[in-house]
Amino acid sequence: MPSTLLMDDANRSHANSSNQAIIFEDVRLEFADKAVLDNVSFSLPRGQTKAIFGATGSGKSTILKLTLGLFKPDAGRILVMGEDVTAMSENDLFELRRKIGIVFQESALFDSLTVRDNVAYRLVEEGKIGDEEIDRRVHEALSFVELEHTVDMFPSELSGGMRRRVGIARAIITKPEVLLYDSPTGGLDPVTSTTIIELLVKQRDVFGTSSLLVTHRLQDAFIMATHRFDRDTGHMQPLPTGSKSHVPMSFLILREGKVIFDGDAIELVKTDNPYIRRFLA
Amino acid sequence: MADGDFLGGVELISPVEFAKGKIQAVQDYALLSVQSVTNLFKKPLYIADFIQQADSIGVGSLTITVLTGLSVGGALALNSASTLGRFGALSLIAQLVSIGMVREIGPVFTGLMVAGRNASGMASEIGSMRVTEQIDAMRALGTDPMKKLVTPRVAATVFMLFFLTILADLLGLVGGSIVARVMYGLDWHQYWTTSWQILAYSDVLMGLIKPLLFGFIIATIGCYYGLTAQGGTQGVGRATTQAVVASGILILVVDFFLTRLLMTMLGYR
Repeated sequence: MPSTLLMDDANRSHANSSNQAIIFEDVRLEFADKAVLDNVSFSLPRGQTKAIFGATGSGKSTILKLTLGLFKPDAGRILVMGEDVTAMSENDLFELRRKIGIVFQESALFDSLTVRDNVAYRLVEEGKIGDEEIDRRVHEALSFVELEHTVDMFPSELSGGMRRRVGIARAIITKPEVLLYDSPTGGLDPVTSTTIIELLVKQRDVFGTSSLLVTHRLQDAFIMATHRFDRDTGHMQPLPTGSKSHVPMSFLILREGKVIFDGDAIELVKTDNPYIRRFLA
Repeated sequence: MADGDFLGGVELISPVEFAKGKIQAVQDYALLSVQSVTNLFKKPLYIADFIQQADSIGVGSLTITVLTGLSVGGALALNSASTLGRFGALSLIAQLVSIGMVREIGPVFTGLMVAGRNASGMASEIGSMRVTEQIDAMRALGTDPMKKLVTPRVAATVFMLFFLTILADLLGLVGGSIVARVMYGLDWHQYWTTSWQILAYSDVLMGLIKPLLFGFIIATIGCYYGLTAQGGTQGVGRATTQAVVASGILILVVDFFLTRLLMTMLGYR
């Protein structure tokens, strides 16, 4: 097995945790006596985006929920910005979660609230700033996803792609240090998918946010690995040939709850793992 | 599913797994009940949510409370009259309606009607939020769903059911008085004086303690089934039905034991 197929847990456990946004150490989780995650270990350096792939039921979304402390693992340790979420109480987790943004698979917008109230939810809950400042921040977040005109609409009035973008606006409004994306392009048409991916690239390159991206669409992650956001044009641009290594992007592939690949795009395309080759085909 | 099997589409679960599941459910419900109360003393307090729920549960249940009170009070007067008439004691209608409504029928019927309307509403609303990941989103956004969703509903239901029961009691007496006057020719003044005089402090106390407990049952059961709903829209429908059935049965069972307990404590023979 090539050395790039990061099965070397010892190296990872010695990684300098202060440079890591997220660290999973031998995490195991079972549901109904079936292992959903089996000794999963990986780390996400600060400022990097890691795309997580795998077949349905391979435990991708579970990783995000474990990161937020929504589930507790049966074994292992999870560090998020240096804090061990596996040892924290629910009350302490609420504090930590305020530093993390998440975009859910189906957006999970509150259907009884307007777009404005959805995006402002976290700020209103914190109660630290006034209505004017909240409105300014909501406008800023909605401008980022180019949906300022939807501010008074309800989620049921939006298309699937617009709901995902509002979900992104809700996730980024507090400028979190870590962002978690759960299949943000799932079920969307290619044009809308590209719009979403461009927003993710923008968030990564403009704000340097560390993020985990769960997706079924390998092409989305490859776009992220081969593009940079250009502030001048306001759009992402392909990198010149040979400069892929400068993009803070890596890949993690799961199979039946186990990590079978952890590396960058170049290592991924060179891998000889038959399962991954089939995935890439 | 562990130790489970399927037979012609019917899922078979071992008795041990079944018992474990039930014990777990009771434990989860007990935890939710305790937290719904202890959260009243922890910040943040969701006052706006409490007011919104009080409006939805209290004001929203006014129509069914009015209709229930009038109908049950009238029916009670009719039934009482058919028996009392045989002994020439029609004047006692007011006493029977008054005691029956205030001590027992008012709290139980109002509780059952509010359970039918609001336990189902809570289970379906929270259940829908659960299956569409809105509960997870709430937790992920740093909000405790127990504080935000459960505690305001429990507090609002207990608070509003108390007053709805008083209203139902009063309207039951009104219904009884209409039947007594129109059908049996009893004097208004005599009816209201008798129904007032027969009530002892202990009767009123018994009738006012019950809705506090029934309100707690309605809201905690509705929220519990909502928060544990799974399996998409079908699961939400199932949770809604279970919430109505469970809260209704629990109200009736708790009413029996509570009545016995209060009769002992308040010195009834």
